[in-house]
Amino acid sequence: MPAPIRLRELIRTIRTARTQAEEREMIQKECAAIRSSFREEDNTYRCRNVAKLLYMHMLGYPAHFGQLECLKLIASQKFTDKRIGYLGAMLLLDERQDVHLLMTNCIKNDLNHSTQYVQGLALCTLGCMGSSEMCRDLAGEVEKLLKTSNSYLRKKAALCAVHVIRKVPELMEMFLPATKNLLNEKNHGVLHTSVVLLTEMCERSPDMLAHFRKLVPQLVRILKNLIMSGYSPEHDVSGISDPFLQVRILRLLRILGRNDDDSSEAMNDILAQVATNTETSKNVGNAILYETVLTIMDIKSESGLRVLAINILGRFLLNNDKNIRYVALTSLLKTVQTDHNAVQRHRSTIVDCLKDLDVSIKRRAMELSFALVNGNNVRGMMKELLYFLDSCEPEFKADCASGIFLAAEKYAPSKRWHIDTIMRVLTTAGSYVRDDAVPNLIQLITNSVEMHAYTVQRLYKAILGDYSQQPLVQVASWCIGEYGDLLVSGQCEEEEPIQVTEDEVLDILESVLISNMSASVTRGYALTAIMKLSTRFTCTVNRIKKVVSIYGSSIDVELQQRAVEYNALFKKYDHMRPALLERMPVMEKVTTNGPAEIVQTNGETETAVLETKPPPSGLQPANQVTETDPGMISRFCRYAGFLFPTGIPSITAYNKNGLKIDFTFERSNTNPSVTVITIQASNSTELDMTDFVFQAAVPKTFQLQLLSPSSSVIPAFNSGTITQVIKVLNPQKVSDSKKNC
Amino acid sequence: MIKAILIFNNHGKPRLSKFYQRYSEDTQQQIIRETFHLVSKRDENVCNFLEGGLLIGGSDNKLIYRHYATLYFVFCVDSSESELGILDLIQVFVETLDKCFENVCELDLIFHVDKVHNILAEMVMGGMVLETNMNEIVTQIDAQNKLEKSEAGLAGAPARAVSAVKNMNLPEIPRNINIGDISIKVPNLPTFK
Repeated sequence: MPAPIRLRELIRTIRTARTQAEEREMIQKECAAIRSSFREEDNTYRCRNVAKLLYMHMLGYPAHFGQLECLKLIASQKFTDKRIGYLGAMLLLDERQDVHLLMTNCIKNDLNHSTQYVQGLALCTLGCMGSSEMCRDLAGEVEKLLKTSNSYLRKKAALCAVHVIRKVPELMEMFLPATKNLLNEKNHGVLHTSVVLLTEMCERSPDMLAHFRKLVPQLVRILKNLIMSGYSPEHDVSGISDPFLQVRILRLLRILGRNDDDSSEAMNDILAQVATNTETSKNVGNAILYETVLTIMDIKSESGLRVLAINILGRFLLNNDKNIRYVALTSLLKTVQTDHNAVQRHRSTIVDCLKDLDVSIKRRAMELSFALVNGNNVRGMMKELLYFLDSCEPEFKADCASGIFLAAEKYAPSKRWHIDTIMRVLTTAGSYVRDDAVPNLIQLITNSVEMHAYTVQRLYKAILGDYSQQPLVQVASWCIGEYGDLLVSGQCEEEEPIQVTEDEVLDILESVLISNMSASVTRGYALTAIMKLSTRFTCTVNRIKKVVSIYGSSIDVELQQRAVEYNALFKKYDHMRPALLERMPVMEKVTTNGPAEIVQTNGETETAVLETKPPPSGLQPANQVTETDPGMISRFCRYAGFLFPTGIPSITAYNKNGLKIDFTFERSNTNPSVTVITIQASNSTELDMTDFVFQAAVPKTFQLQLLSPSSSVIPAFNSGTITQVIKVLNPQKVSDSKKNC
Repeated sequence: MIKAILIFNNHGKPRLSKFYQRYSEDTQQQIIRETFHLVSKRDENVCNFLEGGLLIGGSDNKLIYRHYATLYFVFCVDSSESELGILDLIQVFVETLDKCFENVCELDLIFHVDKVHNILAEMVMGGMVLETNMNEIVTQIDAQNKLEKSEAGLAGAPARAVSAVKNMNLPEIPRNINIGDISIKVPNLPTFK
């Protein structure tokens, strides 16, 4: 069998392949040759074959058949073989295969080898891929090497120890005695890895942390020597003496000084010194400064030092190097919670970063800007952020829009400003606004009663030109449906009222209905809006009737259902129409853990009337309505958002000793098997009743939900009542629930 | 901790891939492809930091990269490493390669992958930085290479000869002799007939 080709030849051959298929063929041929060579158990060429196998593995081809060969190479006496063997082990073997355990003995022998390079190889492999079993077996050897005087081996042993600790944390104590003299080393390599080892131990165990706190003075001394030592050619990187070691020591100091006053005090001087003396013209200097700033912010440093740190970050922001700016923005984001005022000083620079070309920097600047918005600067910041929203990439628009909404909600100086801001966001980034923003906006608009006319006018103008942005169109349709009468009558105070006729309004709503760009949900909004206008407009009711009847045969099932029901409303229930389509009441603010719930169907918020409100006064008394088809009306009420009174008349549940409790029954809008009972408790005695608690129990098949009462004190002389809402779910829709009080 | 070190060229062909965390072979190749995809999109004058792709751990891990001529050097690190420090580390790595290979270029990395692995093993071990002093690293690498060569036997003779000549301290051949202001007049001798 001819000698297997050298690695170089193989690489050259593969490079001549012009297509992926050719390459695959060459590799398969070579794999076959290698496999037969392995079968022949040829010691001379094994090393070469495994080297080729590793190359093919890097290109992505399977190489698992070489695993045992790597082991054989490791067991060989020659350094060349061992080198390739260990490299192969690191690349091909892993903990999940049992093969790797066979290496343990070899590594053990090699750890005690006479040649330091062999020992180094063994340490390296153990430190890269040693499994927990291997680590347990070999930890003793590693610990021995940690105490050797050979600096080449000592530094490798330190990092190997870190790996052992990561795999088997219980062995940490074993390495403790060896760490005693680690910091006395002169060799920077050993110092560096020792600091890494100490860092790892401190991060894992609070006891170790306490134990190593006493090393702070020594670390400070080493750092001082590094800074003051002047030029030393072997460790110099761009004029600074061993910056890697400085950064490592600063990081360890950070961990040691966290939450500890004494250590923090011991470090204050050296941190100030590093912060002021380090040269910032090259990246290395900035790396050290960055680490210093992070350390200062994390430990219990004095305020002067913190201000110095933030100023350094501010200087970083003005640096031309993008990496520095990125790093500065990231750190400011971390510190903005704790040192808010200091970061505020750099607000203008941060806002300038919004205009940077780099995407990573823009994202950080945006997050930081939102964190910096407060009551004082909200107008200015919003202007900048809205400008940013106009010009930023699409991936930012959703986050930016949500952030603006949140900030506007918290800090809006006036309702008009708030609504203007929302309008601006909807018109510029309307299609990127999140779905839950629409209900929130509608609620906001309903609550600003005095701005209704202004809002509807602006929304009308906004969709006049362009009705492709769905959230904008949804909000606009809803508003036009509700406040169309204000729009037509031209009542706006805030700005110049526009002249709009009823037909024009219906035109725009109909075009939304017809347009291909409108989503199904949006069409639903538009249809309901048109329906609502039938009570608000006077001249165009016939037109509305026509539109509604056309959609009675729409393909879209939801639209069809609505149209059919609205049609029925025109024909059979015309007497109810004005009442059902009345103006929506002011909605209460939604809180996630409050007693109220928002009921949503199909993503619409028209249903968001809360159960605690008593039924609106315009409805007919309960007994008359029971003659109609309850299902249809309840469905309609789902769209218009009212509660449907059940057929059960209200009762007085309890009337004794001056305490009177009345029950009123309603059926919940979403779930017809849920009955909502509102209890009113009044007190006709002379004294207030305090600590009043109402409890209820139901039969097993029912479910009961008691919402919080309005108070626990009933004032005397019937001067006030306690109201509480109870919900009873009857899953089987059996006859009326009977509760036991 | 450094999770992975990848070197690939402008077309995405891997020149070196070292993973310090366990991934299956398929995942490794996918990570290389994904990283290339993320890094090659970047403009020349943006910052050198990226959020890691989904395969390599998402936004907890960062990709710190440097683009030299035709090669991308990408270090995937987690949050315990200083970003600016890693940038410096990449620089030291490249300078060390330069010293070991004498004006390193992509071809050197292609044909001597195992040597690059050895150099890297002297700098980063188990995902942690081992040694950053360039001279120290080069000395160790040279000593180990010498050890290898001494074992190579007859086949290694030409290589040994080459390195022996390189290491010989030949005195410099003087290119010009300057003996001050003495002007030596060369007499006009008659031609030999």
